Amino acid sequence: MATSLAAPKQLALADLKGKVDPDWCPGCGDFGVLAAVEKALVELQIPNHNVVTISGIGCSSNFPGFINTYGMHTLHGRALAVATGVKLANHDLTVLVTGGDGDGFGIGGNHFVHTMRRNVDLLYIVMDNQIYGLTTGQTSPTSRIGMKTKSMPFGNIEAPVNPISLALAAGATFVARGFSGEQKQLIELIKQGIEHKGFSFLDVFSPCVTYNHDNSYQWFRPRVKKLEDDTAYDPTNWLAAMEKSLLWGDEIPIGIFFERTDILTLHGAEPVLNKGPLVHGDTRIPPDVARSFIEELM
Amino acid sequence: MRQTFAIGIGGAAGQGVATPGDIFAKIFSRRGLHLNAYNAYQSIIRGGHTFLTIRAGPEKVTNMGDCIDLLIPLNQDSMNRHLALLSTGAACIYNADTIKPGATGDGVQLCPLPVSKLADITRNKVAQNTLAIGAGLNMMGISFQALENALTEQFKKKGEAVVTENVGIARAGYDHAASKFKPFAWPLPMTENRYAVLSGNIAMAMGGAAAGVKFYCAYPMSPSTGVLHWMAAHARKAGIMVRQVEDEIGVVNMAIGAAHAGVRAMCATSGGGFALMSEGLGMSAMMETPVVVIDCQRAGPSTGVPTKTEQGDLWQMLGAAFGDYPRVIASPLDIGDCFKIIPEMFNLVDRFQCPGMVLCDLLLSEGRLSVDPKDLGFTPVIDRGELITTANGTPSSPATSGDYRRYEITESGISPRAIPGVPGHVHTAATDEHDEDGVLISDEFTNTVKRRAMMEKRMRKVTGIEAAIPPPALWGPRNADVTLIGWGSTSGVIEEACEILSEQGISANQLQIRWLVPLHGEAIVEILKGARHTIIVENNYSGQFARYLRSESSYVPNGYIRKYDGEPFMPHHIVEAVKEQLTGKTTLSVPAHEIMV
Repeated sequence: MATSLAAPKQLALADLKGKVDPDWCPGCGDFGVLAAVEKALVELQIPNHNVVTISGIGCSSNFPGFINTYGMHTLHGRALAVATGVKLANHDLTVLVTGGDGDGFGIGGNHFVHTMRRNVDLLYIVMDNQIYGLTTGQTSPTSRIGMKTKSMPFGNIEAPVNPISLALAAGATFVARGFSGEQKQLIELIKQGIEHKGFSFLDVFSPCVTYNHDNSYQWFRPRVKKLEDDTAYDPTNWLAAMEKSLLWGDEIPIGIFFERTDILTLHGAEPVLNKGPLVHGDTRIPPDVARSFIEELM
Repeated sequence: MRQTFAIGIGGAAGQGVATPGDIFAKIFSRRGLHLNAYNAYQSIIRGGHTFLTIRAGPEKVTNMGDCIDLLIPLNQDSMNRHLALLSTGAACIYNADTIKPGATGDGVQLCPLPVSKLADITRNKVAQNTLAIGAGLNMMGISFQALENALTEQFKKKGEAVVTENVGIARAGYDHAASKFKPFAWPLPMTENRYAVLSGNIAMAMGGAAAGVKFYCAYPMSPSTGVLHWMAAHARKAGIMVRQVEDEIGVVNMAIGAAHAGVRAMCATSGGGFALMSEGLGMSAMMETPVVVIDCQRAGPSTGVPTKTEQGDLWQMLGAAFGDYPRVIASPLDIGDCFKIIPEMFNLVDRFQCPGMVLCDLLLSEGRLSVDPKDLGFTPVIDRGELITTANGTPSSPATSGDYRRYEITESGISPRAIPGVPGHVHTAATDEHDEDGVLISDEFTNTVKRRAMMEKRMRKVTGIEAAIPPPALWGPRNADVTLIGWGSTSGVIEEACEILSEQGISANQLQIRWLVPLHGEAIVEILKGARHTIIVENNYSGQFARYLRSESSYVPNGYIRKYDGEPFMPHHIVEAVKEQLTGKTTLSVPAHEIMV
C-alpha cells in the first residue's frame, strides 16, 4: 500500500469530522454514538484511511456520511454481508458496521446470525431505538409487546427479539450493550469491541425522541446497571451471560456480557490469507499452477 | 456432413451412468477427437432416468447431434425409451439377463451381453457397465490398451485389486464383442491433437481465476453449483477466497464488499438466486463498484425444472434492479467461450465501474466439450481501469491537496476509484444519490441539478461500453436463402443446422449474438437488411431476444423457432422448422423433443 507522504500525524477529533453535519433529530441518541466512536478512534489512534464504516439503511445508517473514514452506505439490511467482503479482501482494515434495529434484526436478520457464527473480525454497533424512525414510526423487531405505532395502532402483539441472547446463541465472541446516555462506558465498549479479534456485537440503547416515547432517556436512566460494577460477574462464562441477557424491566444490564478469545477469526482461519491481504496479492495464477489446472482436464 | 459418432447411455440416477461417460470421454479426447457431452437428468439423487449423450469426431463437435450410434441402456426403462430411435448402422449393447429389447428398425444391431456368464455379478454391481464399455470400444475399433489405461486411472484410488477386477471385466466384454458382434462400419479415427474436456461451469471458474478473481462466493443452486465446486477445490492453489454464503442476497453483497475493497469478485447462481441478487446489482451500479454475476439459466419460472435448460432469464437481466444504470450483459457461445468471456467481462466492468452479467445456461454449464488447451490461456489482458491503489493516485488523477472526489463528473462518466486504505482519498460510497464528493443529495431538498448531473455522468459510460464491444458478424455465405439468428448457447446447434440445410440445397447463414447489452441494434439491422428470410431461434416461450431486438431496433424477422420443453435444440429440430417456414406454412415453429428423458 501507499508509503506515507509525511511523518504519521496524530489523529485528532477534527480529522474525523464528516463532510456534513448529522441530520438526526435534535436529541437523537445517535449523536452520542457518533461522538463515542470518534473519541474511541482517537484514543486508539487508528488512521482514518484504514477505517471503513459500513451501514445499511435507516436513520442510524446515515452514520458513515457523518464521520471522515472510508465509508459505505449500502442496502437495507446488507451491511454485514458487504462488511464481510471488505474484511476478507483486506483484513488490514478496521471495519465498523453501524445501523439500527430494523436494519440489523429485521431485514438483515439472516446476515446477522451468519456473520456472528463466522466470527468475522469487525465491530457491529446497533443503534437500537426499538422503532422504525426514517419511515416515520413503525413497530421494529425490538419494540415491546403492547407498544402502539403507526403500523400497529392497537398495540404490538409480537414478542420482541432479544439481541443479546440472540448474539450469544449465534456464537458472537464479544457481546456488549451500551447506552447513548453513558458516554464514558460507551467509548470503552467501542474501543474494546474494535480491539477484540473476532465478531464484536454492541447493542446501544439510542433513544428515538420523535417516534418512541416509551423508551426514552428518562425511562432507561434509572434502569441501566453497569455489569462491571458487579465484581462477581464473569464475562467469560457463557451461561451466566445468557442468564444476564434475559434481565429486563427494573434492572437492565449494560456493559460486556461475554467475551472469548479462543476462536480464530474468519480471516485467521483461512490459509488463503496467510500471505497477507488479498488486495495486495498477485493477480496472476503462477504458470505451473495454471498448467496443473488444465492437465486435470486432459 | 461432419463425421461423428454418438453414444447414449441411459439408466436410473445412481446406476452409474457417469463413470462410463467419463471413460468414453477420456478415451475419445486422448485419441485426439473432439467431443460434446450432454446429460439429461432430473432433480433426484437416486432413481428417475438419466440419459448421457457423448458425441465425438475428428472435427469440432458443437452439439449433441441428431442420432445415437451406440445405445447402452442400463435398465429396461432406458431400453424402452430409446431403442426405437436407432437407425441403420446403429447398435444397442445391453444386459441380456435383465433387459428385453423391443422392436428395432432395419439394420440395427442388437448386442446382448450374458452378463452373469461374463462377470461375477455378486462381486461387482456395475459389471454390466464395464462389460458394455469393453464391448463398445471393440466395435469402434479402439485398442484395449486405451481402455486399460483409462480404467487404471479411474480406479487407482481404490487400489490395485479394484483396477485388476475392472480391467478383467472390461476384457471379457471386449473379447465377447470381438467374437459375437459386428464392428461399426468405420473405425473411430485418431489424430495427433490433445484436448482438455471440461464443463461450462469449470470453464467459467477457470476463466475467473485467469482474470485475477480473488473473491468468489455463492449459494448452491443448480445448474451453477459446478462453478463453486471448482473454485472451492482450487481456492488454495489459486489464492482465491471462496465462501459459501447464507443466501444469494448475502452472496452479491459480500462480492460487492470485496470488490469495493479492491479485488476482482465474482459469483454465480441460477435464475432464482439472481432474482434475490437484483437489488445488489443496483448497489454496484450506484456505488460504481464493479462486480461480475453469472446466471446459469434453468427452466423457470420459480423453482421451475431445476435440471433442465432454458434461455428464459434475458428479460430478468435487462430489468434487474430498479432505476436506470449502465450494465453489461453477455452470453457465451460455447464452453470454450465460457472461459474467454470472463476476463473480457472483468476488463469492461473494471473500466466502466458497473455490474456485468454473464448469461449462461444449463446446456453449457453442465455440458462438456473438448477444448484446445491453447484456448485456455491464463494470461489474458487484465485492465483494472482507473483504480487508485496508492496515495499518489493515478496518472489521470494525481493526488492533489486532499480534494479527491470519488464521483467526479467527467466526460467519459468514469471517475477514478480509490480503494479503502489509501491515504488522502477518504470518502463514502453510498447507494443514495450523491454528489461528486459522495455526500448524499437526497437529504438536501433533493437537488434536481445535482441529481440530473449524476444520472448523466453514470449513463455516459454506456457510450464508452458500446465503443468497447464489437458488433456481431454474419457467419456463412452472404446471399443465403435463410438467415438464422440466435444468442448464446444455441451457437453450435444453429451452426450444424446451417450445414445440414446447405447440404439439402437450402443455403443458410447465421448471426449469433454474444454481447446482449449494449446491443449493436443498428449494426444488426444493417447486417439483416439484405437477408432473404430471417428466423430467430431461441430456447424460451415468448421469444425474449426477438422482443428485445424489436424494442432496440424495430427489427421484425420473418419467423421464429422456439423450444421451452427443458431440453436443448437438436440440429434436425431447426432444419425441419426452417423447411416448414420456407414453404410459408407457419412463422412460429415449436419443435417436439423426441428423446423422452
